[in-house]
Amino acid sequence: MKDTVEPYITDDGRTIGGVLMDMRNITLRFGGVEAIKDISFDIREGEIRAIIGPNGAGKSSMLNVISGFYNPQEGEVWFRGEKRPPMKPYQVARLGIARTFQNIALFEGMTVLDNIMTGRLTHMKSGMFWQALWVGRAEAEEVENRARVERIIDFLEIQAIRKTPVGRLPYGLKKRVELARALAADPKLLLLDEPMAGMNVEEKEDMSRFILDVNDEFGTTIALIEHDMGVVMDLSDRVVVMDYGRKIGDGTPDEVRGNQEVIDAYLGVAHD
Amino acid sequence: MSADFLYGIEVIINGLMAGVLYALVALGFVLIFKASGIFNYAQGVMALFAALTLVGIMEGQVPFSHLINAIFGTEVHHFGWEVPALLAIAFTVLIMIGFAWAVQHFVFRHLVGQEPIILFMATIGLAYFLEGVGDLMWGSDIKTLALGLPQGGSLVVEEWTAGLGGDDFYGFFIDKLDMIATIVAILLVASLIIFAQYTKQGRAMRAVADDHQAALSVGISLNFIWVLVWSLAGIVALVAGVMWGAKSGVQFSLSLIALKALPVLMLGGFTSIPGAIVGGLIIGVGEKLFEYTIGAPYLGGATENWFAYMLALIFLVFRPQGLFGEKIIERV
Repeated sequence: MKDTVEPYITDDGRTIGGVLMDMRNITLRFGGVEAIKDISFDIREGEIRAIIGPNGAGKSSMLNVISGFYNPQEGEVWFRGEKRPPMKPYQVARLGIARTFQNIALFEGMTVLDNIMTGRLTHMKSGMFWQALWVGRAEAEEVENRARVERIIDFLEIQAIRKTPVGRLPYGLKKRVELARALAADPKLLLLDEPMAGMNVEEKEDMSRFILDVNDEFGTTIALIEHDMGVVMDLSDRVVVMDYGRKIGDGTPDEVRGNQEVIDAYLGVAHD
Repeated sequence: MSADFLYGIEVIINGLMAGVLYALVALGFVLIFKASGIFNYAQGVMALFAALTLVGIMEGQVPFSHLINAIFGTEVHHFGWEVPALLAIAFTVLIMIGFAWAVQHFVFRHLVGQEPIILFMATIGLAYFLEGVGDLMWGSDIKTLALGLPQGGSLVVEEWTAGLGGDDFYGFFIDKLDMIATIVAILLVASLIIFAQYTKQGRAMRAVADDHQAALSVGISLNFIWVLVWSLAGIVALVAGVMWGAKSGVQFSLSLIALKALPVLMLGGFTSIPGAIVGGLIIGVGEKLFEYTIGAPYLGGATENWFAYMLALIFLVFRPQGLFGEKIIERV
């Protein structure tokens, strides 16, 4: 199935389109250490793509390559049919790739609403002067952005904490606010770095539901990294498995589950 | 009302106005510290440099004239024109923005992620460099800033208020320049707050102040924001430099006003804009009132020189984060 580029319709009725992002022979080194060794895979429009692997497999490095925090020494990154030159993270964000972080990077001193509004920064075009005076196009724009943000707030069920400073929220809610901020950017590709790390079962279920709903409702393409195998298998359309910087598996959850190399990596067979 | 009480009120009013000027200098520190974690030792010198540049442009001085004359044996000093104040202010603002860009491009861009002490040392270097450049560009003589601002006590206020007390009270003595400085400072602070709260760039600035990584991930260029805050700090420095320069002439000791901002920052906290304002007012009023009630009658006067530092020391002992600063929590 991986080789097909024709759009197809999943069992639950979502349309998976053409290739949105194509990673070609990516190699990333830190000094002498190869964090990622010659990995290729693609992400298709509308799908939920997971990257899994044991600790230190290079999953986060891969996500950081996609989001521009690292630039690989070798290989090419293709996005929406164009080769992407080396870029700064803020430039990647402006291309329409939003992300969340494993250790939550929110603006702790700002309210939930303000945090999510920062996600709309790249969509604000009117001049500084007009924004300060709150007239003309700036006003219409602010109202429109605000409406969009309110919709996301409703969607993620965080109405009650809209005006609360983020620093005061519990961990699970912070994760949700971070998702809301990434979503506010109307991303073409949404990157989630361990969205369920450190959550209890109930919170994990909530988060899984939100991820599925986001994908379903907004049609957002999602790439996520996750530790919890069970969660990943339920969520994703296709899975990349990494171990020691190499790709050892790629395919649907069922295909990956049956892959001997993947089983070895997770059960811990000695490496030579 | 007794005359003593009324004079006390006059002291408080004057203290508040002096405090506004302290707050203005402190504000420049807070802007940069919040957004980049850099304690900018050069803030005072920036005020001096901005004031020097403004005077130089207004008087039509040839920049680097001493250097040019020494190398080429010429005798140029002035272009022979005078630039109107508003135009000169606009030019100076442009130069301060250029300076902000240069600082970010040549110094701090290369020091991202370094220890705070290294960034601090870099600003010390910057301070001396800028002082040298100011000297070389515009000369080291004391200049008068002829912006045409009114000076001296306001007769109007004096006449209005003379009736409040008895025969031994002659009305409040309030300097007109102080009044203008207060109004300008209030306008500046108000526009800064509107900028930070309601504009895209202001929101981005607050975001960067809070978390660099998160800011990058929503598409904010850190470099741009840092140039922006250094420009704002440069403009604040220009206003501070103009107000102090109009009071006591533009001279190199102007850079020492930065020292007056330190106690303000210790009181208000390094990361709070309201803190800088309230801290400035407390110090302004405190030092004037202390001088009036205790200093002059019992301690032989001149307590204004050290009162602010004394107050800051007391604060450091009992509330090191200042009035509004972020609480310091040590994890064990």
